[in-house]
Amino acid sequence: MRNVFLFIKRYFNFLFFLVLQIIALSFLFRYNKFHQAAFSNVAGEVTGRFSEKYNGIEYYFRLKSTNDALVKENERLNQMLKDNYEAPGQLNRLMTDTVMIDSLKKIQKYIYRDAKVVASSVSSQTNYLTIHRGSSQQIRPNMGVISPSGIVGTVVSTSPNFAVVMSMLHRQYTVVVKLKNGGERGKVEWDGVNPSFVTLKDVPKSAKINKGDSIVTSETSSLFPPGILVGTVSEIVEDKSSSFYTVKLKTATNFYNVQFVSVIDNTQLDEQKKLEDSTRKKFQ
Amino acid sequence: MSELLKNIIRFFLFIIIQVFVLFKVPPLHRFIVPYLYFLFILWLPFSLPRFWLTFIGFVYGLTLDYFTHTPGLHAAACTLIAYVRPFIINLMISQEGTDKNYASPSVTSMGWAPYATYVLVLTLLHHAFLVFLEWMSFGTFFFFIGKVIGTSAISLLLILLTELLFFRKEQFRTNTA
Repeated sequence: MRNVFLFIKRYFNFLFFLVLQIIALSFLFRYNKFHQAAFSNVAGEVTGRFSEKYNGIEYYFRLKSTNDALVKENERLNQMLKDNYEAPGQLNRLMTDTVMIDSLKKIQKYIYRDAKVVASSVSSQTNYLTIHRGSSQQIRPNMGVISPSGIVGTVVSTSPNFAVVMSMLHRQYTVVVKLKNGGERGKVEWDGVNPSFVTLKDVPKSAKINKGDSIVTSETSSLFPPGILVGTVSEIVEDKSSSFYTVKLKTATNFYNVQFVSVIDNTQLDEQKKLEDSTRKKFQ
Repeated sequence: MSELLKNIIRFFLFIIIQVFVLFKVPPLHRFIVPYLYFLFILWLPFSLPRFWLTFIGFVYGLTLDYFTHTPGLHAAACTLIAYVRPFIINLMISQEGTDKNYASPSVTSMGWAPYATYVLVLTLLHHAFLVFLEWMSFGTFFFFIGKVIGTSAISLLLILLTELLFFRKEQFRTNTA
């Protein structure tokens, strides 16, 4: 027993170093897997406050481009207003609907909640954004996040007043997308090279892709409503050996100066997940 | 100003500069990330016991980690260089008693060549471990080598600039006083 104590005393510094390394690495690997940081509540609040102060200054210098983006989004939404469209004519006969469902009553599936970006990064391989809206303001992990011009990422963790969003510019991020023209599905990832470009994969070569085509979110992505812009095709990489395209996309969102985002709450996500999980369990 | 107060101010100043200045620089290339924050650990006084040195390294790295949302990544690298630091200093100080006559490692206390070697070794060690941890989750071997070299080069340049701009005068202290 005495020898054990002597050993610990002699190598105390080395053992202490090993313990700290193990703690640090376990933090890291647990975060990479579940995105749950130790002390994330307190730390998120503190770093969030700091970033908010900094953003107060930074935001001032980006007012112009932020304003432009919001005006463009308003224009796009105005175009979609019902008043802009006319009915095809007066020849339509009036008919009594035989379906016994009130078709005027719609159920809102996606709820949008706006939030201010207080911190963001593009220079790392694992980029995150911090938004000033948290669990006290109805933000939960696994919600999609979009900017006025396109998709941004997914919420991974929350504290009472702030939430951390995994950006599309993260090496572990994938999102299911489709071609706007043909409807073929694929997935988008980031290769870590340039923050303005992401990679589209798994689109079969039977699909027709041209430069400048729009790539939008798919119906199957469940975090995003369908049809939200992800990016536009800028280059099709030639690969004869594969039967799938590899396409370089220009991101729709400018990650350098995104200031306002909307967090999307899919009200039927839990129900869908539960059904899918129970089905999977049944056939295992 | 006392040594303790100076280091406490440095702690926050280096973190703030790293997070709100250097990380905000638009990326030049994916291999180049300007790191300067770990200079705080290289500047810590000689007299600090190894236990505290390792512990401060861990806390310092973790503080940066909460800003970058990578808990444990920088903490692991900082703990490593804080632990290895005394070994390198023992090898590098030229004459007996430098670590007692001067407060902290610098060009005046150690001399140009030993101090440069000390900085080079710890910078390479820090970046190699940092990028190694990143490489484990993604990336290729080329990514690992390229990023270690690119990031170390830019870090050394930044450290050189910092040393020239904020030249630290070290006072020679004797026991006789």
